[in-house]
Amino acid sequence: MEIPEERLRWIYERMVTIRRFEDRVAQEFAAGKLPGFVHLYAGEEAIAVGVCAHLTDRDYITSTHRGHGHCIAKGVDVRSMMAELFGRSTGACKGKGGSMHIADVDKGMLGANGIVGGGPPLACGAGLMAKVKSTDQVAACFFGDGAAEQGTTHEAMNLAAIWKLPVVFVCENNLYAESTPWTYHCAASDIASRAAAYDMPGVLVDGADVFAVYEAAGEAITRARRGEGPSLLECRGFRYYGHFQGDAVTYRTKEEEEEYRRRDPIERFRKTVLSQGLLTEDELNAIDEAVAREIEQAVRFAEASPLPSPEECLTDVYVDYPVAQLAFRH
Amino acid sequence: MVVATRVISYREALNEAIRLEMRRDPAVVIMGEDIAGGAGIGHVENVGAWGGVLGVTKSLVSEFGRQRVLDTPISEAGFIGAAVGAAVTGLRPIAELMFVDFFGVCMDQIFNQGAKLRYMFGGKAKVPLVIRTMIGAGFGAAGQHSGSHYAVFTHMPGLKTVAPATPYDAKGLLIAAIRDDDPVIFFEHKLLYDTTGEVPEEEYVIPLGKADVKRAGSDVTVVAIARMVHVALEAAARLAGEGIDVEVIDLRTLSPLDEEAILESLAKTRRLVVVDEDNPRCSVAADIAALAVDRGFDYLDAPVKMVTAPHTPVPFSPSMEQFYIPSPQRVINAIREVI
Repeated sequence: MEIPEERLRWIYERMVTIRRFEDRVAQEFAAGKLPGFVHLYAGEEAIAVGVCAHLTDRDYITSTHRGHGHCIAKGVDVRSMMAELFGRSTGACKGKGGSMHIADVDKGMLGANGIVGGGPPLACGAGLMAKVKSTDQVAACFFGDGAAEQGTTHEAMNLAAIWKLPVVFVCENNLYAESTPWTYHCAASDIASRAAAYDMPGVLVDGADVFAVYEAAGEAITRARRGEGPSLLECRGFRYYGHFQGDAVTYRTKEEEEEYRRRDPIERFRKTVLSQGLLTEDELNAIDEAVAREIEQAVRFAEASPLPSPEECLTDVYVDYPVAQLAFRH
Repeated sequence: MVVATRVISYREALNEAIRLEMRRDPAVVIMGEDIAGGAGIGHVENVGAWGGVLGVTKSLVSEFGRQRVLDTPISEAGFIGAAVGAAVTGLRPIAELMFVDFFGVCMDQIFNQGAKLRYMFGGKAKVPLVIRTMIGAGFGAAGQHSGSHYAVFTHMPGLKTVAPATPYDAKGLLIAAIRDDDPVIFFEHKLLYDTTGEVPEEEYVIPLGKADVKRAGSDVTVVAIARMVHVALEAAARLAGEGIDVEVIDLRTLSPLDEEAILESLAKTRRLVVVDEDNPRCSVAADIAALAVDRGFDYLDAPVKMVTAPHTPVPFSPSMEQFYIPSPQRVINAIREVI
């Protein structure tokens, strides 16, 4: 599948933005500037970007604990994202969601999800909306290898299949559900073959190769837009950081980590586009510099933004509800 | 003021509310197990087989088609979650959770997704979802098909909870729930489906959060929910012969709670009995009792009494089931204690 030059630039720019964003978040978190905890996506950029390269703002995605990469690939503003992680009032969710619930419905991003397996039924709902309203919108559902074992994921795949919903299930198999290897928690030798149980196409993809992801996702999304129903992609990838920041990652070996870093999705992209003469080194370097500036500005924006007023706690619970019943009694 | 002349059942009133709203707004869809029934079977494809397990959604598929009347697999987490996702992205789904007791298999989608998305997204999302569900003992359906459990949902921020007692209220409240931009859990008592009452043919809205005085009185306030409203009215009728004048307040909506209506009545009668078919711990009854002692303490001339189910699951055998359900006699006994 040939990728237009403009899209190639976009793919590189989004992947580098995710990498720099996550590296910077790791740094700010270590410096104690972020409340709560964070799950970082670095290493898996090719999956979110390869899929979202086929989507517009009108399409929807659901996400996981590890949702920053999905947000960036779907076009959520990185300044509002960084501000959200800093807990500021200018954040994408006004400081009410944080890393694990970061969302921007206007961009079709239906939220990172703190519940493993929380997203797949929601993606069916977005697909159902498109079907009932007869639009050509699609929903891409990102979920991890851990969520592959949740009942909701199976229920959602079955529902999408019987209703022929425009949903693409994207399993990001990053080899570990928290500290538990997928070879232990999964009874089968791959997750993609579960598609057979729901009579949908299932494809195993190298999740570190953005060209492979782009091609497989393109087929699945085209099929969904044509009203031919859902598909399942299993993208094998690797997260460079631990499950969360602070995870000592005792379950992986140095050798395994080095092996996966040799397959780095961003380096591979650079080599491919340079060797094939698709983009120039100068172009790529210019993107690197622009992204570095953008991330720096995002951190400055977040730090300069005010914390929400404490009473802001009481808003956005409902569209309409008696305020007195939301507040403390005393 | 709408003049009501026609008498229909609670079941028919609910069906009419859904039908009118589906005509009015193409974004309203309904989904659930057997709500049409017989999906994909040629001779019932256009008419449906069941129309819901107790017939509430009967014949809707004939008018609106399978595209908007969706039979689901027995897959509550999947389709309740899909209803949440559809609500966030532009439909107004009405999902049916056949019996409230089944909430255990789909609660994450209700509680962590539907109820919290708007808040977690900083107000950027709306979740205009109705979950209709059946409550109540008295059918001999025992432990897993007879609970009330509305307190569980009333406890959760982000949800509204509604429990109508009459056909008139059922129609007006369901229309309000469908038009509401927040997720509403709508509890229908299974023993009320065949009860009848005057219901106007046209559409009308009963605002959520407003209680209704079903019987005005001056000696004691009885606050009741769903079928217990009728139990309270029977107790009131029996006591009227003895000159005890009971005011019966039907809460109708549990969240938000019409605190002012309860307190106003309390200011007048100075005595309070709450009748609730749900289990007593952390219940709506306990919540109202707490309201009375917190904000209405100065009005009270007697202790607040709660007439509730015991703290047990619903038993099977009729002798025990009747013992479980609050009766008019138990309401009378409680009233005598405070008069």
